[in-house]
Amino acid sequence: MEIKVNQDTCTGCALCKNVCMYDAIEIADKKAIMNENCIFCGACIDICKYGSIEITGLEESHKDFSQYSGVMVFIEQHENRTADVSYELLSEGRKLADKLKTELSGVIIGSNISEESKKSVFRYGADKLYIADDEVFCHNLDDIFSKALVQVIHRYKPDIFLAGATSFGRSLVPKVAAIIKTGLTADCTALSIDEEKKILLQTRPTFGGNILATIITRNARPQMATVRPHVMEKAENYSDEGYKDKLENVILDTENFKSKYKLLGTEKESGQSINLTDYDVVVSGGRGMGGPENFALLKELADLFGGVVGASRAAVDSDWISYPHQVGQTGKTVNPKIYIACGISGAIQHLAGMQTSDIIIAVNKDPDAPIFKVANYGIVGDVFEVVPKLIKIIKTGKNIT
Amino acid sequence: MVKIKIVICIKQVPGTTDIRINPETNTLIREGVETVINPFDTYAIEEGIRIKERLLADPEAKEEVEVIAMTMGPHQSESILREAISLGADRAVLLSDRAFAGADTWATALTLHGAIKKIDDCRLVILGKQTLDGDTGQVGPELAQMMHIPFIGYASSIIDINRSRITVKRLMEDRYETFEVRLPAAISVGKDINVPRVPSLRGKLKAKNEQIPVWDKNELGLQDSKIGLSGSYTQVIKIFTPKHQYEVKMLTGTADEQAGEIYSKLVELNILQ
Amino acid sequence: MHYFLTEEQQMIVDICRQIVEERIKPVRAEMDEKGIFPAEIIKEIGQSDLFRLFIPEKYGGMGTGIFEVCLATEELSRGDLSVATTYAASGLGFIPILVMGNEQQKMKYLPDLASGTKLAAFGLTESEAGSDASSLRTRAVKDGDSYIINGTKQWITNGGEADIYTVFAATSPERGARGISAFIVEKGAKGFEFGKKENKLGIRASATRELVFTDCSVPKENLLGSEGMGFITAMRTFDQSRPAVGAQAVGVAQAALEEAVEYSKIRHQFGQPISAFQGVQHMLADMATQVEAARALVYHAAKVIDSGEKNISKLSAMSKLYASDVAMKVTTDAVQILGGYGYMKEYPVEKMMRDAKITQIYEGTNQIQRNIIALELIKRGAGW
Repeated sequence: MEIKVNQDTCTGCALCKNVCMYDAIEIADKKAIMNENCIFCGACIDICKYGSIEITGLEESHKDFSQYSGVMVFIEQHENRTADVSYELLSEGRKLADKLKTELSGVIIGSNISEESKKSVFRYGADKLYIADDEVFCHNLDDIFSKALVQVIHRYKPDIFLAGATSFGRSLVPKVAAIIKTGLTADCTALSIDEEKKILLQTRPTFGGNILATIITRNARPQMATVRPHVMEKAENYSDEGYKDKLENVILDTENFKSKYKLLGTEKESGQSINLTDYDVVVSGGRGMGGPENFALLKELADLFGGVVGASRAAVDSDWISYPHQVGQTGKTVNPKIYIACGISGAIQHLAGMQTSDIIIAVNKDPDAPIFKVANYGIVGDVFEVVPKLIKIIKTGKNIT
Repeated sequence: MVKIKIVICIKQVPGTTDIRINPETNTLIREGVETVINPFDTYAIEEGIRIKERLLADPEAKEEVEVIAMTMGPHQSESILREAISLGADRAVLLSDRAFAGADTWATALTLHGAIKKIDDCRLVILGKQTLDGDTGQVGPELAQMMHIPFIGYASSIIDINRSRITVKRLMEDRYETFEVRLPAAISVGKDINVPRVPSLRGKLKAKNEQIPVWDKNELGLQDSKIGLSGSYTQVIKIFTPKHQYEVKMLTGTADEQAGEIYSKLVELNILQ
Repeated sequence: MHYFLTEEQQMIVDICRQIVEERIKPVRAEMDEKGIFPAEIIKEIGQSDLFRLFIPEKYGGMGTGIFEVCLATEELSRGDLSVATTYAASGLGFIPILVMGNEQQKMKYLPDLASGTKLAAFGLTESEAGSDASSLRTRAVKDGDSYIINGTKQWITNGGEADIYTVFAATSPERGARGISAFIVEKGAKGFEFGKKENKLGIRASATRELVFTDCSVPKENLLGSEGMGFITAMRTFDQSRPAVGAQAVGVAQAALEEAVEYSKIRHQFGQPISAFQGVQHMLADMATQVEAARALVYHAAKVIDSGEKNISKLSAMSKLYASDVAMKVTTDAVQILGGYGYMKEYPVEKMMRDAKITQIYEGTNQIQRNIIALELIKRGAGW
């Protein structure tokens, strides 16, 4: 298998070289030459105006996947409550199932699963719910859960399997994929169906969001994908009437379901147990805030909405505010109703954590700041002038002195 | 002499901060993008060395401890292995073969597994929690599954470690969980676990002179069909740059006027009760 | 700038630079404000093998020379002079052991100092004996197999933080300079206490304390060389350590120059960056030339010492004298260029100016340096 450049059509224009992230292309004698750094990402193929580049020798196997059908969503539970991301995935899964004209099912694993947890999945469009309820599942342990999911998948053969990219999901789902020997695409921001081939197109960001890649699962089923919380929208559009007929209890072979993990304890995050994703309004500060004391101003604004203070990585790295407040590629992903970015330039890594917010308001001194490209409303100005005035107007509006 | 082997799996990635987008063609401009060691991997190396120091500090310790850095990549990735040695890794190995290219996380894990088997008797595998380019965080759990060992991701501190067990505190969304597992095991680490040390002069000199073996597919006994893009279950079919979805409305005027407009919008959206 | 460094020398600079950028710069203002000793940073400097630069391989060192020490000191000074002083002063504290110690003493003390596990300090100065060091009054009286030390040392860098102290005391006061002996005294020895930490104009994070000896008994094995060799030990130590003080001065001057240049480009007045004004340009040009000249002199002095040359006092004194005067001038000019902002603690240059002053004072005031240079000229002539 190799990557080939058509020597006749290549003009040495170097468009490909400029787009290669891995230093894999050199131009010599007006022709592009690929070296060993190439990872076959295909960015050069897309950009070549002359269609001179192709990957050859990739064997396609023509396995028969006709026994696989349906979209299955893993319903993740925390302390007997279903995680929001599972509802988000059901809503998304519903769209995919409709396109493929197949069934949408959920699989829920736990101990003493509540009736509400079982009922609610149907309001988000599930046709069926598979239930594995056993004492052995009282804690979310990825070795036991993966064994259970593998059994469920082998038995019911879904064509597509979706799960949330939560802390638990990110260790659980790869293990499932590895046992089954199928492909898994993590942190997808978009899912769609290729009309022709009837396969799942999985789009995800790479390079901190600088590039989007569309990925397919080849030679294996189910097509597995995880999605981060708050990326897809949940839509409670269906009724849960008659749900009891759509439940199926799954009896699993739990003989070797002994976990290697000994859970010694859990503790809430001490200090501020901030979960940014719980809030409808996030007021974030970046390098432009200048120092830790100025975050008090942002808190004052956030408090007026019952919101929370967020921060860019620059602010957290400078120790102006603690890590739980960090929004971005290496922090939290949030999509509140309102995201107010103060003194944040909008580096790609930050945008990756907040660009799906409903309304983005940005205040920055620099008119060229990238944050203005994703904002709904932009103010080129001094945060220390605009924010206090906004606070004042809001307080006056609320009649607070 | 029994050796406790700790393997650190690291990766060389392009330095993202050097990327710009060409406004006309809306494509990425890569201008002398430096390759760097994946930022989280520095923390993995540091933790591996700290664990070695802790194991050796035990007065009953009879075993030697070896920290081995490993990467799968083109020949230029050798530089991150030398960096690992300058930070204190005892030795390193480079997994390089044209046939490894294009590997997804499954094929990568398979290849790493081949090398770990060859190293033999690896007690602990440490990885950074995700890479800057792929950032899936999948290689760790997939590799652990292939090795049939437990995997604890997002370790925020190693509470205890001895030759047969490790106790790890990990950060979940809103709480910490503490697990104990028997070795061998695999963990991934984030930035809150430690502060990586500055390389030592002797470390840098050792790194400069170190002979780093290169293992190809034959050394690892891996067939073409199982590795690289051929052995991958997923494939990238398209790469593109994100388009922006809406036009920004710039609010002009004095600070008072700007604040006023924002206020009206907020009222309109019913955000303020 | 190319200074023709070997790969190993460049590694030393790179390590120090990383420490400056990642560890020192983020905390230097706070350490200065509160007078906090940079313990964590010193520990990391030790782990990076930087204390091994002073010491031969046999004792756990890396067998490099004063030039390498100067490279490290200069770069650390670029970050913060308190950190660099702590580092260099430890060297000052144990160079006497290198110069005058016997094999047992070297084997006993140097390995821990090389690894950075322990720090050293140099105990010479007293309240009545500064430039006139030989008039010191601390006494050491032989008593069987020990010496009993009584007296007080003043303004000792690393006092209280160091574990190993080279202390100069008079064993035969009637003989003046030739009656002074050098002893190794360990922290925790009975009768050895510390005075309060001094509150200083600059290098405020560096620990400066009195050493108080009250019938402190020290075994005779801790005598360095023989009785009466103390003064020569001190002078030989200074010959080696002065270029490192020069390097400190070059480092802080360099840091101030960098701040001044950057500031001049972004500060706009009268519709232009102030770097467009010839007045400012000439100041920057002079500052940069002086820093370069100081650096060249320090590097030269260090290399001459490393070549094994015996008559190094004059060159060594010149490097300290010139570089420290340059540092004071350049840091003051930097404050001037930053103007009002330069005067504020929010910006780092006022601290650099306060820090730089000490380089003209310690390890022999610049007036003493001039004496040394002049006497060498007279003794040996000006030719080369």
